[in-house]
Amino acid sequence: MNRTPHPVIRSGFLLGLIALLGTALLAGVNGLTHERIIEQEKLRVLQQLNALVPVASYNNDLLGDRIEITDEAFFRHPAPIVVYRARMDNLAVAALMIVTAPDGYNGDIRLLIGIDSNGTVLGVRVVSHRETPGLGDPIEIERSDWILGFNDRSLRNTQTSDWAVKRDGGEFDQFTGATISPRAVVRAVHNTLLYFKANQQSLFETVSITAKQNDH
Amino acid sequence: MTTRQLQQILADGAWRQNTGLVVLLGLCPLLAVTNTLINGLALGLATMLTLMVSNLTVSVLRGLLRPEIRIPAFVLIIASVVTVIELLMHAYFFDLYRILGIFIPLIVTNCAIIGRAEAFASRNAPLPSLVDGFATGLGFCITLVLLGALRELTGRGTLLAGAEMLLGDWGHYLTLVVIPEHPGFLLAMLPPGAFFGLALLIAARNAWQARKSATSVTEMIPDTNEI
Repeated sequence: MNRTPHPVIRSGFLLGLIALLGTALLAGVNGLTHERIIEQEKLRVLQQLNALVPVASYNNDLLGDRIEITDEAFFRHPAPIVVYRARMDNLAVAALMIVTAPDGYNGDIRLLIGIDSNGTVLGVRVVSHRETPGLGDPIEIERSDWILGFNDRSLRNTQTSDWAVKRDGGEFDQFTGATISPRAVVRAVHNTLLYFKANQQSLFETVSITAKQNDH
Repeated sequence: MTTRQLQQILADGAWRQNTGLVVLLGLCPLLAVTNTLINGLALGLATMLTLMVSNLTVSVLRGLLRPEIRIPAFVLIIASVVTVIELLMHAYFFDLYRILGIFIPLIVTNCAIIGRAEAFASRNAPLPSLVDGFATGLGFCITLVLLGALRELTGRGTLLAGAEMLLGDWGHYLTLVVIPEHPGFLLAMLPPGAFFGLALLIAARNAWQARKSATSVTEMIPDTNEI
């Protein structure tokens, strides 16, 4: 009998060894970077939130005080709405909601909308979008201060008919050559304010996801 | 391996056989990320690093790699290297990762990398392979930077926008507004602009090359006469 293993077996073994070494390397690097990546992700979210609600105005664990709500009929989008609740000594200060506007020029525009306990907009930021660069992207704070036009707006100081871009008879500017992106954002912010008004109590009273996990 | 041969490898990778402008490999990332100089530079550096590590690894293992498992082994090595770079970038250059993140895994599909592993590293010693990886990566990186600068300048009128993502906060000061109040030239920012830009760069390189060979021919004539 031939004692040396067949070349194919030897090659297969070698290939397996390389795969094993590669996997070990990846597992090692993943172990080294995993915590830092999670920290960075959290820090990034917290920075975005703190841009809308000042650090001094709340004293709870903002990232931990989080719920998710799904109301496809109301928001016209199946993605769950993430809500962070800011509280000062357990009193509601503000809700920061990540809402998806379904009707951008190129699909979804994800927005972070901060609303204080009186129902006034603290600020709006675009989290992600695929609008046309140069035309629709002035919705980003890095490109223009259009998005700051929502600050201090509420259902009280802006009537329903004014929650529209100027071309549609409302109070908000559109951009040269782009009406669809600002229209989608205005509609989503208005919608979110309506939702907030109707559900304010449950928004703040629902038990947070992390608290639920701790109960188990 | 003499210094002269190493210089030869360097010149081949960076200029004579430039991946982007001559061999035309790796066009997918080349065209996708080059809307600003910094994006191009970042992907160029990541590709260069991948090329160096994969070339070195392949060269070290070249005695063991039998012909029939050569290609799958290259793929495994390159994929591991790219994933390691992706993880490190996610952890330490987070802002840049948010922009380039989806393109980093695409480095695996850059045929230039497996091409260098097969054509060079599997037949040469570690040192020249490392130099070859560096040279090819450098050539690719230069192409990305040039194309990025061209598109950023025509599309937005700036240079080095977003440098803070690569260099930290002081990068803000590096951003040059070359054309103030630039209205934005959409074509340059969108993918078709990448094709036009690349075509211009290739044409410029060919013109340069043609001119150089023309002058070197005329210079040679008196020499032959003297003999």
